[in-house]
Amino acid sequence: MSEERGYLDMDLLRFTTAGSVDDGKSTLIGRLLYDSKNIFEDQLEAVETSSKARGDEHVNLALLTDGLRAEREQGITIDVAYRYFATPKRKFIIADTPGHIQYTRNMVTGASTANLAIILIDARKGVIEQTCRHAFIASLLRIQHVVICVNKMDLVDWSQERYDEIIAEFKQFASRLDNVVEVTFIPISALEGDNVVDKSKNMDWYQGPTLMYHLENVYVGPDANHIDARFPVQWVIRPMSNEWHDFRGYAGRVAGGVFKPGDDVVVLPSGFTTKVKAIHTLEGEIEEAFNPLSVTMTLEDEIDISRGDMIAKPNNQPKVEQDVEAMICWFSEKKKLKGREKLILRHTTKEVKAIVKDVRYKVNINTLHKIEDDLEFGLNDIGRISLRTSSPLFFDSYSRNRQTGSFVLIDEFTNETVAAGMII
Amino acid sequence: MEQKSKSYQVNHLKQLESEAIYILRETAAQFEKPALLFSGGKDSIVMAWLARKAFYPAKLPFPLVHVDTGHNFPETITYRDDFVEQIKANLVVGLVQESIDQGRVQEEKGPKASRNALQTVTLLDTIEKHGYDACLGGGRRDEEKARAKERFFSHRDEFGQWDPKNQRPELWNIFNGRKQHGEHFRVFPLSNWTEMDVWQYIKAEEIPLPSLYFASERDVFTRDGVILSQTDFITMLPEEEATARKEVVRFRTIGDATCTGAVLSNAATIDDIIEEVAAARQTERGTRSDDKRSETAMEDRKKQGYF
Ligand SMILES: Nc1nc2c(ncn2[C@@H]2O[C@H](COP(=O)(O)OP(=O)(O)O)[C@@H](O)[C@H]2O)c(=O)[nH]1
Repeated sequence: MSEERGYLDMDLLRFTTAGSVDDGKSTLIGRLLYDSKNIFEDQLEAVETSSKARGDEHVNLALLTDGLRAEREQGITIDVAYRYFATPKRKFIIADTPGHIQYTRNMVTGASTANLAIILIDARKGVIEQTCRHAFIASLLRIQHVVICVNKMDLVDWSQERYDEIIAEFKQFASRLDNVVEVTFIPISALEGDNVVDKSKNMDWYQGPTLMYHLENVYVGPDANHIDARFPVQWVIRPMSNEWHDFRGYAGRVAGGVFKPGDDVVVLPSGFTTKVKAIHTLEGEIEEAFNPLSVTMTLEDEIDISRGDMIAKPNNQPKVEQDVEAMICWFSEKKKLKGREKLILRHTTKEVKAIVKDVRYKVNINTLHKIEDDLEFGLNDIGRISLRTSSPLFFDSYSRNRQTGSFVLIDEFTNETVAAGMII
Repeated sequence: MEQKSKSYQVNHLKQLESEAIYILRETAAQFEKPALLFSGGKDSIVMAWLARKAFYPAKLPFPLVHVDTGHNFPETITYRDDFVEQIKANLVVGLVQESIDQGRVQEEKGPKASRNALQTVTLLDTIEKHGYDACLGGGRRDEEKARAKERFFSHRDEFGQWDPKNQRPELWNIFNGRKQHGEHFRVFPLSNWTEMDVWQYIKAEEIPLPSLYFASERDVFTRDGVILSQTDFITMLPEEEATARKEVVRFRTIGDATCTGAVLSNAATIDDIIEEVAAARQTERGTRSDDKRSETAMEDRKKQGYF
């Protein structure tokens, strides 16, 4: 019985994994699944068989997540794959991005919904260019928790000295990143399982948590913004039935802050103020709504509200502007961004036209240097631009609110999503 | 302060629920004529249940579409009609029989004939006839490796085909459902749910399920290693007659009666099923008893997958 309640009380941690090719990412994920008994036996059987066929000494856990590797070999689009596992404490969603050289786009995608990022470092190689890139993306996307796993400790004789050296190298680089996040370092061997789920017997000098312990216990509660009340209207509910004759409800997912019946609210863009009348769900009215709940609100006064409008508090409003400064990551292989491009911009539940007014700079994501002489954006390029939109957006800076501070850009002819943006 | 933020924690089922509701509302808002594909299986039942929540107190702004092979377990249609009534939805039924009568498909011949493969044509015809531009499906990413990279909003070209190269990245809460004339989307609100989540949610919400999901004694026989129910639509071959027996079984998917296999199970309640699912998940290395699993997984795929 208590176990059941445990399951219902479980919370959710979304994390992403980064590392360059052969750092051991697939092995690590396989190890997490295997040691926490999250592998179906038919999968395991298949893996054992093919490990044997390949003459591997260990059961090759990397094969468990090898859907993507096969694709890489066949030259198919490399992409983000989502995997799921649960322990009695938490349910986990992994956004697994393959460690390809050119995979900034995929890591950005995976990172956009992650609470935590695992960055792998090969203990023999130490901090390399790609480590810096991964750390930069994690900080750009404002992932709150970063775990640096120094892997393959078995190949450096479980050396504390080597481990300390790598930590020092990383800290030196990380001091140049803008957003200081919580960084945890763990020495592991994904292959042999040391400090992944079970504590290592080979590294007595390490007193910290195992990776699994950290994943199960890291506190992710405050990641959401519970201060600035933001409710992007997604859909207007009008039952027009006898029972609900005059009902006009605004459906959406709370993007920040807390709404309660009786709260003073302002509706954007009209600027009308009113009060929250009730918050409805199928189970009945509720006392408060906050991120990430999907609810339906009714208001005291009849105001003309439609999809794309935003409900906020009069004393705490988002910016309402047509000019936006943002960091973007360019996603398109086919299309490049050259100067004053016209695009579709999608932000919360709103879609507008936008024109790129200025490209400020691009970032060399390996060195963090600004590039100011080549301002054309191609696949995987990251940089800062300014945009003007056809009608005002209701936004916060991305650092304040991931939901109201993010947008995507869409090519108006192909409908392709060509870029992701984070408002400054 | 600590105390305060603590109360804003929501459990993972609530998070998955609210994500699915968000997707359902986006689908209603971004498309002109969406439809929800209702197979009568647990995933589509949960999806329809969530749709009820998403638009309450209004009715669902899209119909449930059911493809009826005509070879149903008797419980299936009764359940469907009761459920549709309970969640106050509109139901659109595509009949495989109609596709056969119109010569759109050929009925298979012989004792092992099944209408399973014919369903796809009926479904596509139904979609075209009504002009649905987005179809909500109950597919989950944990079903198999190949689905792990499927999007919430999955783009199909004008031939209904899925082009892995042409799928759009999905970031944050932002879904791009823009399309050219003639193109479609498949939308999967349960993408992030696992089989265990679905069962836990059914339990927590007390969602009624077809009785086929629960173990009871049935008249069965074995065909090609699969346990099938004896029904009017199946003629047993002589060698199969010998396998006819009574057995306590249940079904893990609900599909065409002629080819949906049963599994030996005593799981008579949701709790029992949850235990069964949990046990299958945690089978220790080396024990390989449950070899029925991969067969049923195949069926899961056929039913909920890419349709
Ligand atoms: N010795 C040792 N080898 C490892 C460890 N982790 C991974 N490997 C090996 O490194 C190679 C690449 O690992 P893989 O997981 O496929 O890397 P990926 O490309 O990052 O997914 C494989 O041969 C693994 O067996 C480790 O902790 N120790």
